[in-house]
Amino acid sequence: MSVFGQSVMRLEDAPLLRGEGAFAADIDFPRQIHMRVVRAEMAHARLVSVDVTPALDLPGVIAAWSAADVAEVPPIPFRATKVRGLEPYCQPILAQGRVRYVGEPVAVIFAEDAAVAEDAADLVLVELEELPALLDAAAEPTDFDATRNTEPTIVRKSYGELDAAFRDAHVVVALDLAIGRHSGVPMETRGAIARYDAAQDVLELHGTAKKQHWNRDEIARLLGRAPSSVHLFEGHVGGGFGVRGELYPEDLLVCLAALRLRRPVKWIEDRREHLVATNHSREQRHRIRAAVDAEGRILAIDNVFFHDQGAYIRTHGARVADMSAGLLLGPYRVPAYRATGHFRLTNKTPAATYRSPGRFEGSFVRERLMDAIAARCGLDRVEVRRRNFVDVSEMPYARPLDALGTDVVLDSGDYALLLDKALARFGWDARVADVARRRAAGESVGLGLGVFVEKSGLGPSDGVRMTVDATGAVELVTGAASVGQGVETALAQIAAAALGVDYRRVRVVRGRTDRIEFGSGAHASRVTVMSGSATHQAGLALAALAKQTAAALLQTPEDALEIVDGVVRRVDTPEGASVTLGEVARALAPGTKLSRDRATPGLTVESWFHSDHMAYPYGVHLAQVALDRGTGQVKVEHYLVGYDVGRAVNPMLVEGQIAGGFAQGLGGALYEEFRYDERGQPLSTTFADYLMPTIAEMPPLDILVTEDAPSPLNPIGVKGAGEGGTNAVGAAIASAVDDALGGRGQVTQLPIMPRDVLRFLAEGAA
Amino acid sequence: MKAPAFEYHDPTTLAEAIALLCRLENARPLAGGQSLMPMLNMRFVQPDHVVDLNRIAELSGIRVLPDGALEIGAMTRQRDIERDARVAQACPLMVEALAQVGHRQTRNRGTIGGSLCHMDPAAELPLVCAAVDAVVRIAGPGGEREIPFAEFPLGYMTPAVGPDELLVGLHVPAAPKGQGHAFLEFARRHGDFAIVAVAVLLDPGPDGRVARASVALGGVGPAPLRLAEAEALLRGTAVEDDAIARALATTASLDPMEDALVPGWYRRHLAGVLLGRALGIARERMA
Amino acid sequence: MKDHALTLTVNGAAHRITVPARRSLADALREDCGLTGTHLGCEHGVCGACTVLVDGAPIRACLMLAVQAEGAEIRTVEGLASGGTLNPLQQAFTDHHALQCGFCTPGFLMLATAMLEENPAMEEAEMVDRLSANLCRCTGYTNILRAVQAVAAARR
Repeated sequence: MSVFGQSVMRLEDAPLLRGEGAFAADIDFPRQIHMRVVRAEMAHARLVSVDVTPALDLPGVIAAWSAADVAEVPPIPFRATKVRGLEPYCQPILAQGRVRYVGEPVAVIFAEDAAVAEDAADLVLVELEELPALLDAAAEPTDFDATRNTEPTIVRKSYGELDAAFRDAHVVVALDLAIGRHSGVPMETRGAIARYDAAQDVLELHGTAKKQHWNRDEIARLLGRAPSSVHLFEGHVGGGFGVRGELYPEDLLVCLAALRLRRPVKWIEDRREHLVATNHSREQRHRIRAAVDAEGRILAIDNVFFHDQGAYIRTHGARVADMSAGLLLGPYRVPAYRATGHFRLTNKTPAATYRSPGRFEGSFVRERLMDAIAARCGLDRVEVRRRNFVDVSEMPYARPLDALGTDVVLDSGDYALLLDKALARFGWDARVADVARRRAAGESVGLGLGVFVEKSGLGPSDGVRMTVDATGAVELVTGAASVGQGVETALAQIAAAALGVDYRRVRVVRGRTDRIEFGSGAHASRVTVMSGSATHQAGLALAALAKQTAAALLQTPEDALEIVDGVVRRVDTPEGASVTLGEVARALAPGTKLSRDRATPGLTVESWFHSDHMAYPYGVHLAQVALDRGTGQVKVEHYLVGYDVGRAVNPMLVEGQIAGGFAQGLGGALYEEFRYDERGQPLSTTFADYLMPTIAEMPPLDILVTEDAPSPLNPIGVKGAGEGGTNAVGAAIASAVDDALGGRGQVTQLPIMPRDVLRFLAEGAA
Repeated sequence: MKAPAFEYHDPTTLAEAIALLCRLENARPLAGGQSLMPMLNMRFVQPDHVVDLNRIAELSGIRVLPDGALEIGAMTRQRDIERDARVAQACPLMVEALAQVGHRQTRNRGTIGGSLCHMDPAAELPLVCAAVDAVVRIAGPGGEREIPFAEFPLGYMTPAVGPDELLVGLHVPAAPKGQGHAFLEFARRHGDFAIVAVAVLLDPGPDGRVARASVALGGVGPAPLRLAEAEALLRGTAVEDDAIARALATTASLDPMEDALVPGWYRRHLAGVLLGRALGIARERMA
Repeated sequence: MKDHALTLTVNGAAHRITVPARRSLADALREDCGLTGTHLGCEHGVCGACTVLVDGAPIRACLMLAVQAEGAEIRTVEGLASGGTLNPLQQAFTDHHALQCGFCTPGFLMLATAMLEENPAMEEAEMVDRLSANLCRCTGYTNILRAVQAVAAARR
């Protein structure tokens, strides 16, 4: 039986369970020094002066810099936007002239010891002249600098006859909806350790994640070095979720310091820094309208939204706003659509992607809209969705829209089928009856749903190199990265299935620029699709090479051979003559006769997979909630995630992704929010204030993974599984809370706070 | 987030500790460290000297007096109190509250005295002490003094302990026979500091009616708040639903703390809701 | 400020170290004893990643000074496996996919070790209450509970 599709144990676990991991803080080099960042304490201010001399006087301090000391380093550029004209809003590595959010790096200290560096940072004198803070992206823009305002661009997308649709509509449903500011907040904070190897003239950066190759190229460019003289290394990564592994000011600062000070430089972010320095996400306000016919069918959607980008535009450019515009429509047929996304800067921590970016927001907005349409048209909430689904017969379904620079073509899917399966598994009808009984007895309970389309497998290209050594061990070198989600196991399974070896014989090398020239890292649920497909191809090519070689060794036709458990043997006489893959590798070693017939020696291949379109997994979230009428607390009593991933390489890992993604979505729906006071001081700067769910907040969670719609876009049919657990949690819980409140459409904002629930209950009673 | 530099002192006797506090400038006593250590790591406090009380054996322990009352040393670990059968007997309210103090790891280190002296407005143990009319013992260079817990809070997170003094213990009267108790709190997330907490004691008289009621609220004022009016309204009743309603009505006049995260009206509302529920539970337990 | 010379007993081995008073137990384990399995996730006592056992009781090592731990028996994640063999709790974590990125895992393992040593017959509700002391951002917790329950069931 092929290991592809099996819930085998992870290859990653043993060192992590033994305390032998290599997370950023675990990496040390001889003679290393420590960096500490001095951060702005006002949300918006003129930076009058920075005096680092008191810090330099402290014993153990080696250097201290402010903006003037790093003036030659350009601001951090974009890698992911097609929108032009955003460059003036990039973040400098140390604040210049103005500070624009609390937490913005203003100066850096280098010292022999981390605690001493922190002591010294407290001594730096930063003179600020406070300016009014802009905290609402929906308010009028103000000035960013002398010549620019705080709206760098408006993201516009549209198709169809929108005005006519609204004119002819049976009803128009309009909502004003808001999603709170929250983010990935991995358990490991960021870290960066730079070392300059003068003997080799190579700059190394350790503790990296997600996008090593792009970051390598940009670090090289910004510091004026050849990319081949800069190498990034990935150890263990304590969670990514979108925020970790982007290029941040601190990454450049440690590199610059390692070059200048000629000593390894270590920086480990502390948790309070993390909550104000690492990318925020999600905060968006939508004013959305739908034109609907008498049967509840959507004629048009007009999506005006305000994206709170925070103080600067980081590596993603306008990507989240772009996806909020381009991917909003989900599983529904919408004849006309217009999106107007006001991409606005405020005096908060800069924002970017967080697991299911633009889709957690969009699903909340779209599914609130579907509930409102159902209410207005007097239709059942499930029925209104069914009526508007894109049908399986319409697949592939091209929308006249783009997102992430690719046309939106839904590759495959049977949305109605998954909804049916999910409702049946959840026992929706029985729960409807049960909820009615409990309400009659005075309880506030409700059911909710969210249907969505995810996206995954962003191209354009991914390559791997797969090699069998003389012992038969397989090394798979990929330009992908791991953020702890099980990439090594999944790729090893794909490789093993294609080649014919035990997956435990496959060692996956990832996140290293010194082992492979190109790579796209780990983001956008792309690894299993893109690197997985490249791995599958490589495995097949390697098997073919092994058989071709073994054919010569065994004097047998190639097509009579098979590879089982690392042994090449005859299909018809498995017990007969055979060679191991190790022997085949030795037969192809440099200098051997067989190797001379080939361009390169060795049992090794490189394979590339290219794709112009994304694969679109889809899902259904169903929730049952009960409200505490006294405190306003929302208790999620039961939850189901149904998700079609095309094909699951390892169902255990897929379910793990969904469960973890759900917990994060639950945080965004009910608990987590970065709050600010009226002067822009952040109020969520500790784990006592930024509330991530514990096990006590987790409801019973049922997961239904289906494989009804394999992707036609790749040879293994897979779609990414990383983000579907998060996508519609806000949508489904809002729907359920609203239902428990009587279905009045009162829930228009995430997170849903207990005091809001009390207010809604009081409004309902009035 | 590394603590600022300080000199460390670990006296083994109370006298030695007091002497150190008298002698040293900007010194801070360290009890279980579950509040002080985060404040040090975040550099909210920057003492030049830390006087560690953990090696002073005489400050920890639980003693039962002949009348059933408890003497609890200030350095007694919260977890040791929580699992002590004698405490469960003499002050079940405290055990119920302790289960909601932080998490097991923090209770394993945290002490009762540390919690009382930190005096977070929403903390459980000060609220219990307010409800049970505990008496605290404070030692200083001039010897020991005792004050009722009601006089212990001087203001927001400010106990009546001078810079050269230490809280050394507390006296907890034994719960009278038949007492009904309840401790409830509401936090958005399990295990967090409460937004509002309520402690209720109902002592039955010979006629089965309430002879003495104690109602205390946390998270509403800068320090635990006793609701004398509600207590008076409950006295002499059998805690009927309308008696509870009258007691609850007194929460309408509360003027709770307000901050950027929690509006005052919500604290007031929670106080009423939790008090109603706590009175219901305490009534059931009153025998 | 003077440094303190002291001996920490970790997983049965004595580590003679010299640290400033302000050094937390967690930092001392990591930096001075070279035991980097104990992780720091918040340094203010909320996330539980740094949970270790001190005289058998789970505590947050970021909230204790190294100088306070002299004379105590300290146990960390590095002490769980015997040689090449994972202990039953570690094995259950991998069997039940109770870890993804693995950063919070040492803290959960030590928390659960104490739970199982104290009472393997613990009810699920109490297990949930105990496990709610630590944060995990990857797994959604369900599989962590399953892993602990599996070991508890085997011990009963």
